[in-house]
Amino acid sequence: MELHELTITQVHEKLVNKEISATELVRAFLTRINEMDKEIAAFLSVFKDSAISQAKEIDNQISRGEKISMLAGIPLAVKDNILIEGEKCTAASKILENYIAPYDATCIKKLKKEGAIFLGKTNLDEFAMGSSTENSGFKTTHNPQDLSRVPGGSSGGSAAAVKANECIAALGSDTGGSIRQPASLCGTVGLKTTYGAVSRYGLIAFSSSVDQIGPLTKNIEDARIIFDIIKGKDSKDSTSVELKSQTSNLELRTVKIGVPKEYFTQGIDPKVERVIKEFIQKIEKEGVKVKEISLPHTKYALSCYCLIAASEASANLARYDGIRYGTSNTKHETSDLLDSYLKTRGQGFGDEVKRRIMLGTYALSSGYYDSYYLRAQKVRTLIRKDFEKAFQEVDVILTPTSPFTAFKIGERAKSALSMYLADIFTVSVNLAGLPALSMPCGEIQGLPVGLQIIGKSFREDEIFKIGSFFEKVINH
Amino acid sequence: MISKKEVQHIAKLARLGLEKKEIEEMRKELSLILDYFNLLKEVNVSGIEPSFYFAEELKEITASDLMREDHVEKSKKVKKLLDSVPETKEGFVKVKTIL
Repeated sequence: MELHELTITQVHEKLVNKEISATELVRAFLTRINEMDKEIAAFLSVFKDSAISQAKEIDNQISRGEKISMLAGIPLAVKDNILIEGEKCTAASKILENYIAPYDATCIKKLKKEGAIFLGKTNLDEFAMGSSTENSGFKTTHNPQDLSRVPGGSSGGSAAAVKANECIAALGSDTGGSIRQPASLCGTVGLKTTYGAVSRYGLIAFSSSVDQIGPLTKNIEDARIIFDIIKGKDSKDSTSVELKSQTSNLELRTVKIGVPKEYFTQGIDPKVERVIKEFIQKIEKEGVKVKEISLPHTKYALSCYCLIAASEASANLARYDGIRYGTSNTKHETSDLLDSYLKTRGQGFGDEVKRRIMLGTYALSSGYYDSYYLRAQKVRTLIRKDFEKAFQEVDVILTPTSPFTAFKIGERAKSALSMYLADIFTVSVNLAGLPALSMPCGEIQGLPVGLQIIGKSFREDEIFKIGSFFEKVINH
Repeated sequence: MISKKEVQHIAKLARLGLEKKEIEEMRKELSLILDYFNLLKEVNVSGIEPSFYFAEELKEITASDLMREDHVEKSKKVKKLLDSVPETKEGFVKVKTIL
């Protein structure tokens, strides 16, 4: 097995046994990025020198006989909307083209403490708004499985980098499916954590009542390892909570799995439906109890999500005014303050970002607030209650992650609405604040199909347990 | 259907300078999207609380329960923060004249 194909635990073992050095490992990945990224375009920046010097430090610790943590020397990639001190953080927007992060995000701080190594920052849809990474202000990332297709989005750079073995694992953010959908389209594991499980301090805010950071990895175990490090209460994010370390006592013979019928009616590619249904039959043969359930408000989730996310985005993105930070190319040509705002923002934001700001401003403006924003928040309550009710009967819920496999570059970019539909199976989870993981469970003509496992709030441990079992079934 | 005038009004509220061509495209796209959102009108929401609070248990908690002690710390990041400001003067952020 090549070095870049290894998982976290495999690399850790080799480092501890001195079969490889961290420097050797990092150099192997830098070479790999050099070879692969011309075609895949997953990275927006690569930290060659700092990665090598971080690796040397880990090697020194090993040679001194010190005990190293599981993540020490592990080369990671980070979505470019998460701050790493002293490095550029662009959110793939022209308006932040030259922005240098003045501090570390809390999750980065925690990973640094463990000795993890950052190879670089990955591409995304501008401000994480999109499902294909085509909305990046800088470049389009290609799906490693088929270069003519999108990697999904918005964490498309992170998913592609993991799939192409340009890093061992990566961080992404998930507002309406931005970790799970690209994980599904590229064929990796991706975890959207429970709302409050991981601090968002240092994550460039998009929609604060749904944004969450999580890992993209090669397998379930690696997702668990990273989650265990980045989770927990942070005084700098008041929505974060301290988690008890929980170990699932779910047993495969007694676990109850629910499959919502609404996820197999609206706009799903019949081939994707077949792969998921065949998988469900397979686990039933292994003795797992599966029952059909109903989440009756599913069809309203996408509208509800789009309205809430756009409204929050319109407020969060008001800070890009060209005065405190970011691009301001209007220093001398503008007449007054308003004119300077209009020019900076009109020129600095891309089309999709402008569309969402407009949509959000409209939904929050007087006369429309009740019929759009307030109504969406009420529908959100109904969506949450659907899940609460379902979880009284079942332990976890299974659905397809995406209604279709990776689509061609350009195929959906022409219509905003057709792009939004790519998130139809992922947005409900964000609205309800639940944890959910996407894992590969088959292929259609070489294109991966993702299975989504939705768990109860703060029960990521149960998702990992069930997911590991599924991994065995799939690889069998 | 949203009008051109409405698009211009919203763009001004959002502080977005849009080109003529963009206004027309925005009018079409927003109309399509808002039409799709009309789906929400068929949901009966009478008596339903909006989800402003995230978790049920947070409803019982007041804002001050979530607040920490206010400790004054000296920031070491002043220079770094000022470095990212497009225009400064004598250590201050420079803005356009508004009066």
